[in-house]
Amino acid sequence: MSQSVQSMIAASRNKKSKKIIEKLVPVALFLAAALSVLTTFGIIFTLIFETFEFFTRISITDYIFGKEWLPFSGKEPLYGVLPLILGTFKVTMIAVLVAVPFGLGAAIYLSEYASDKARRIIKPILEVLAGVPTIVYGFFALTFVTPLLQEIIPALKIFNALSPGIVVGIMILPMIVSMSEDAMSSVPNSLREGALGLGSTKFEVAVKVVLPAALSGIIASIVLAVSRAIGETMIVSLAGGSTPTFDFGFTNSIQTMTAYIVQVSTGDAGYGTTIYYSIYAVGFTLFIFTLAMNLLAQYISKRFREEY
Amino acid sequence: MKYLNDVLVMKRMGSRLTFNKVWKAVFLLATSFALLSLIVLLFRIFSQGIGYLNIDFLTNFASRIPAKAGIKAALIGSLWLMAVVAPVSIILGVSTAIYLEEYAKKNKINDFIRMNIANLAGVPSIVFGLLGLTIFVRMMDLGKSILAAGFTMSLLILPVIIVAAQEAIRAVPNEQREASYGMGATKWQTIVRVVLPAAIPGILTGSILALSRAIGETAPLVVIGIPVILQFLPTGLLDSFTALPMQIFDWAKRPQEEFQYVAAAGIVVLMTVLVLMNSIAVIIRNKFQKRY
Repeated sequence: MSQSVQSMIAASRNKKSKKIIEKLVPVALFLAAALSVLTTFGIIFTLIFETFEFFTRISITDYIFGKEWLPFSGKEPLYGVLPLILGTFKVTMIAVLVAVPFGLGAAIYLSEYASDKARRIIKPILEVLAGVPTIVYGFFALTFVTPLLQEIIPALKIFNALSPGIVVGIMILPMIVSMSEDAMSSVPNSLREGALGLGSTKFEVAVKVVLPAALSGIIASIVLAVSRAIGETMIVSLAGGSTPTFDFGFTNSIQTMTAYIVQVSTGDAGYGTTIYYSIYAVGFTLFIFTLAMNLLAQYISKRFREEY
Repeated sequence: MKYLNDVLVMKRMGSRLTFNKVWKAVFLLATSFALLSLIVLLFRIFSQGIGYLNIDFLTNFASRIPAKAGIKAALIGSLWLMAVVAPVSIILGVSTAIYLEEYAKKNKINDFIRMNIANLAGVPSIVFGLLGLTIFVRMMDLGKSILAAGFTMSLLILPVIIVAAQEAIRAVPNEQREASYGMGATKWQTIVRVVLPAAIPGILTGSILALSRAIGETAPLVVIGIPVILQFLPTGLLDSFTALPMQIFDWAKRPQEEFQYVAAAGIVVLMTVLVLMNSIAVIIRNKFQKRY
């Protein structure tokens, strides 16, 4: 060999093209990563910009404290957001009432009682449930759950808060189960064995030892699920109706923030009208609610985590 | 010698043991509720939709007459949409994941990027629709095209792909990287020839699952305002189009009862596409995933 190994290595090192690639690649990859940040800024600026335009036409206090949402009444449209928030709140409450007891029960069963085999069968099924598109849930709510509930509660309207609430609860159920189960499974076995050794039953171990130890993860999962329920769109659009009202009943037609955005988008409100800008204001309100929930979940799981 | 008196134990613990059994049954019941709702949902939709499902349904365009309504434009439209979403979201997502896992030093900017991705994953899909409407449809003037909807959907599923790719890249053991460096490879050579090949099954599985979320997502499409009754197929990325969930939404909203069956048939088609995509993901996971 005429060339020594050292000189070959040196030659290869000094190749210009290689050096350039090594320098350029991190920059290109950083740009891709920066795009996700840009997306967030894009969302925030879009919402703020268009909402600002909305507030040049409608006073901000009327929007936040107004109890009537009548954007389509030709003469004197009213933009008080409280009925929409209340609609969202009602659906979310019902969803939580369905999803939390069933979700926690299932999580405790999977983490404390179920055999490995049962777990291997049940968990993928829950994943399927989590993968069902929300439009399918919406159709299910409208054509199955509502008629079923009408048999039990005759006063129930075709569009109501109860049916989409229950179905949103079913939708967020897998999320609560899998995240709570993760939190419970990460409680070390020595704690369980200690309690069992003192004569506890499995139920006592689950409720008095595992549940408190995993509480931060469980609460974080519930808060995240609430955030999902608030932002859920298709189920409430199909089964909730489009009548924003300021009352606490659940048998009448309602409208959520998301459903209003859908109603305007499928209608023929032109670009530049007040109604057009109102969907950004409502979207911004929705964004603030979900962001607050997400930050709260992060705070809980960081601040109250028990380390073993 | 007997240390435990069974009778005494039963007397002392009896009620607690029964309590345990009762609650076990309650927890099992809670679990079955989830499984039962899935079974009811699937059974209900299949039994409604199967009667309307035939070749004509797959090859007809949308129609105002239920019996003539078909899903061709929506099915092809969804495929066009995926043709944009898949490359855009996977390239961006994997690049971001490589940057975060292989290059990013621990500093404030990178921490911010990580936190931002976590928060982006929690933004409701309808808000992404508003972003798409303003940025892609109006500012970039793409109209209600495949490209505008595709970009919006890509941004929506980007966090999911990033997280999946990060996990796959993290699972590649450091020994492999060190061995590659030891052979004189540069960092980028190591990433391209060692890390990525080992991580690709995980990346693909995660990406397919994310894409299957995009194919069933309706809200952003509604906000962008893509049409539903189309009598032609798109021929380019700037054409208008319709998609499966959009078409189903339109049918489900219609007051005529017959359209409910059409909607159910549409859902069967959508669910079949999803099952196909998920099976591919599972096959890739089982066949190519290496454990180190």
